Amino acid sequence: MKIHEYQGKQIFARYGIPIPKGIPCFSVEEAEAAAKRVSEETGIPVVVVKAQIHAGGRGKGGGVKVVKGGAAEAREVAAKLLGMQLVTHQTGPEGQKVRRLYIEQGLDIARELYVGMVVDRESRRVAIMASTEGGVEIEKVAAETPEKILTEFVDPLLGLTPYQARKLAFGLELGQDNPNAKATVKQFVKLAISLAKLFEQEDCSLCEINPLVITKTGDVVALDSKINFDDNATDRHREWAELQDVDEEDPVELEAKGAGLSYVSLDGDIGCLVNGAGLAMSTMDIIQHYGGEPANFLDVGGGATKEQVTKAFSMILSSQKVKGIFVNIFGGIMRCDVIAEGIVAATKELGLKVPLVVRLEGTKVDEGKQILQASGLEIQAADSMADGAQKIVAAVKA
Amino acid sequence: MAILVDRNTRVVVQGITGSAGSFHTTQCIAYGTQVVAGCTPGRGGESFEAAGPGGEKVVVPVFDTVSQAVAATGADTSCIFVPALGAADAVLEAVDAGCSLVVAITEGIPVMDMVRVRRALEGKNVRLIGPNCPGIITPGQCKLGIMPGHVHRPGKIGVVSRSGTLTYEAVGQLTGLGLGQSTAIGIGGDPVGGMDFIDVLTLFNQDPDTVGVLMIGEIGGNAEEKAAAWIRQNMSKPVAAFIAGRTAPPGKRMGHAGAIISGGKGTAADKIAALESAGIKVAPTPAEMGATLQSLL
Repeated sequence: MKIHEYQGKQIFARYGIPIPKGIPCFSVEEAEAAAKRVSEETGIPVVVVKAQIHAGGRGKGGGVKVVKGGAAEAREVAAKLLGMQLVTHQTGPEGQKVRRLYIEQGLDIARELYVGMVVDRESRRVAIMASTEGGVEIEKVAAETPEKILTEFVDPLLGLTPYQARKLAFGLELGQDNPNAKATVKQFVKLAISLAKLFEQEDCSLCEINPLVITKTGDVVALDSKINFDDNATDRHREWAELQDVDEEDPVELEAKGAGLSYVSLDGDIGCLVNGAGLAMSTMDIIQHYGGEPANFLDVGGGATKEQVTKAFSMILSSQKVKGIFVNIFGGIMRCDVIAEGIVAATKELGLKVPLVVRLEGTKVDEGKQILQASGLEIQAADSMADGAQKIVAAVKA
Repeated sequence: MAILVDRNTRVVVQGITGSAGSFHTTQCIAYGTQVVAGCTPGRGGESFEAAGPGGEKVVVPVFDTVSQAVAATGADTSCIFVPALGAADAVLEAVDAGCSLVVAITEGIPVMDMVRVRRALEGKNVRLIGPNCPGIITPGQCKLGIMPGHVHRPGKIGVVSRSGTLTYEAVGQLTGLGLGQSTAIGIGGDPVGGMDFIDVLTLFNQDPDTVGVLMIGEIGGNAEEKAAAWIRQNMSKPVAAFIAGRTAPPGKRMGHAGAIISGGKGTAADKIAALESAGIKVAPTPAEMGATLQSLL
């Protein structure tokens, strides 16, 4: 689950990670008041108006504006940003609508660094990465100048140790051109250790500060915050429900998640309903192999109920872009008769206007096939995955 | 011979009284698996009943702790159906009780829990399979998990996969071609887990009864790339592979927690390239997994 920059910063603050003074806003009036308040409380006339969307690259996309002309100018900028479709290299061409802003104090920046944490699968540890290349996409740095990324692995028994944090601090040469070097190193070490604690306790899957700023007075401040949570840990974090911004989510994917289904929207026109993620991915692959394009990834899972299958099928049927449907089931726990009942129920409710190819195999396959036959629905049966994929591609092209 | 499980494996099922645990234990007992104990805290003293392969009544004692179960029955292997937030602890309990093999079926375990479990298992002589996996089956001898036993046949092909139903699809194809399986293992779809491809391939390489291996991977991580390098150096038997997710969009979790292309890494294309350059034949479509393996024999 993703959250906004301002929400991430609130979490940083709880862990003692220094952040600039900032106030989230949802209207131009709030923005104007926030700008006034931030300037007054910091004594700094410069504020930054930041669009809050879940995608990165907001600065380059024109979603971050430095304002030197006071609260009135901040209001004008806010009026332009709120409601705009912000396009960044991470949003896709249609961009994302800006509904929230963050008004933040200006900083006197001396250096921009990168610090990020992620679960490293190979070592089975959480890794903390630091780089002198702040403000740049870390993947770019990893591709072009990997030697500039310093990495430490966190032993879950120990947490991030002070010596590890010092290795990063001195590796980043924080003392360079810095009259307050000693203080900066100390602050960095404290921040890194706090970040590692945050990552573990908040069940993150990603936690990035890009850029992490060293100010002209040698203070270490998180200028940005990107936190992704591990969806698997949802049930032990009731507080995440309040942080969720449904406007930032694909409504269909959200609906599916609520029903306990795994769904990803794609660009094609052949709807898929499959049990099992690997089989579902392979179904997308084989449709493409035969010249079709999948409209979605949908895994009903192993223990799906008739209601979940009905819901899944309804979601596909309701989609405007779907011109044909391929149901590919290999029943282990999943029973073919349950799938068949779900398909019949959904189709009776919504009507079937597109070609439907069903391939059933495994547990209760004969019962499943019988239910489909008896339904009177126009269904093409397939003997195998290849047969089914070819049939649906042909039916959609016809 | 097969690997890791056979007719002598003695199993304790953790979470035996839950809906998933009870359903699948019944199926495993019907298959002939030696389920000797169950464990659900607070339900110790109960009995779990099911029918064996010949219809005979099988009565399994339920215990409060895995230690009690192992002490009373000599169970050496655990199969875990405990819900996600308690499953990592269940793994640790099984290890503490002396199980040498732990098969964690549960999906949805928080990643940080598994990071801690892996740390706890360091230096211990125990094997973990999963989590988020269908389990392990040595056809005709022992079914430990949720796979449909009836599509499997005893034979000489080793199967190792990150997937569940895609594995059954592959096994169905192999069986249809007359190629039975020595052992089929689902290593799971999570980013941090137990045995990986290399761990399993090592065992298949040493197993006199396995003559070839079918390896099924998917997007996310670099386990297949590492396996490819290992196979090139060490494997003395033919390996065929299939990678799911050629058409998966980047940045999206495709069902499995571990099936995500991140920062350009973990694509199907990269994995296929690594496997092919190590001399492993990759099936072009999921319909040809069995046939691809057959062509190597």
